[in-house]
Amino acid sequence: MTTGAELLPSYSLAAGREDEIALPASWPSEVTPEWAWGGATGEGVRVCVLDSGVESGHPLVGEVERSIAVVADDEGFAEVVEDTEGDVFGHGTACSGIIRSIAPECTLGSARVLGPANQGRAGLMAAGLQWAISEGYQVINMSLSTTNRELLELLHELTDEAYFRRTSIVASANNVAEESYPWRFSSVISVGSHEDEDPMRFYVNPSPPVEFYARGIEIEVAWRGGGQIRSSGNSFATAHLSGVCALILSKHPELTPFELKSALRLTAANTVMEAV
Amino acid sequence: MSKSEDRIRVAVAASALAGEQVHADLLRSVADVARGIFGARAASIMLYEERGDELVFQAVSGEGADSLVGARFPSTEGVAGWVLRAREPLVIDDVTEDPRFARELAEDTGYVPKKIMAAPLLRGERGLGVLSVLDPPADRPTGIAEMDLLGLFARQAALALDVVERARDAGSALEGEGETAVVGRVAQALERLEGPRREAGLRLLAALEDVLDPRRGG
Repeated sequence: MTTGAELLPSYSLAAGREDEIALPASWPSEVTPEWAWGGATGEGVRVCVLDSGVESGHPLVGEVERSIAVVADDEGFAEVVEDTEGDVFGHGTACSGIIRSIAPECTLGSARVLGPANQGRAGLMAAGLQWAISEGYQVINMSLSTTNRELLELLHELTDEAYFRRTSIVASANNVAEESYPWRFSSVISVGSHEDEDPMRFYVNPSPPVEFYARGIEIEVAWRGGGQIRSSGNSFATAHLSGVCALILSKHPELTPFELKSALRLTAANTVMEAV
Repeated sequence: MSKSEDRIRVAVAASALAGEQVHADLLRSVADVARGIFGARAASIMLYEERGDELVFQAVSGEGADSLVGARFPSTEGVAGWVLRAREPLVIDDVTEDPRFARELAEDTGYVPKKIMAAPLLRGERGLGVLSVLDPPADRPTGIAEMDLLGLFARQAALALDVVERARDAGSALEGEGETAVVGRVAQALERLEGPRREAGLRLLAALEDVLDPRRGG
């Protein structure tokens, strides 16, 4: 796959061609939450939840635009099929409800890549990610990761490809101190938990690899069968930040993943703005 | 080294160093410490068995310690099943209000908790099982520090469970009438010998190795 033709050729800039790289929008002198997402609803932004499936029609989730499942075929290769099972254990529905609560008018899609406990998890995840990127989702919520280093190169290529295609991947950091992917890649937006109750409050971490902290403890989330449960974890912090990303992109659709991450940096609760 | 050679070496080491009882004691000690640190009424380590897609109690401290080891249930059930699949630690203050809680399963075990802390036991890509801590004091906070502590114990429990699983797996290659079973029996017999007989046994094994391994023969 290639990046959009409008960006090529882009390896160098010849003299006198500066006008050809005029940016689509200007930035304010001070990037504030009000500028970033004030009045935004997520409208026009497509968010894909890469997880255990999503229960479409759940009161906290609403309609799901499209649901696919990545399954292993007879020879063990990943295959994308239309999903008729919905959510197989509730995790994807919980994340989706959070995204919807922050960005009520975003469009949600579901790619089910989780199933039985140890079954081909990493390969299905990578195939699901590839599908979501090719479908042009602006935000992909990945509240999951893999420690399988055999897929490191593939995942790296996929996240870079997403980055250049203007797909922002919001990925959950491991809940225990262990190296896993893709959240460690700098091309994605990685998220851990904080304990505050404000769903719109997030912090930038000055000591990555975890780059942002969002609400992740004791959250009322959607559950299968139209229900609700209380749960905690970086998965849900990730969903909060995916929702914020959907808000920002609905108001500023021209932003690239690099610019979106910059906007998050400048609107984080621990950013101190100083007049110049 | 081939996989079968590796298994035999591990099995011989395991038969010399530790039997099933030591493995059980190791897991039990992790469960005991987890229960003690959290001041809980019970703690348990469950192993995920892929073949039957079940979780099996391997070690239990506190309530159920005398009766639960060996009990099994479907891996898709209960809080432990959710934790294993979500790969995320979980604290539920009141399980009676939570649809993930499998009340009937708990009743079968003879103890129905109110509060559950659970964490997946992971070794790389594999979900090995679940560590559960039942009914820590109700007023104990359940924030990030608590989850981190639970995660630390889960890591230790996962290491212990991995060691036990590998030893069991390798040991099974040497059990019964298998072609290589004699290696394990010889290793165990040697460990029981002392003095001149042990020295003679070691010389005999060294000579046998010279005969069987062409790289060492003269």
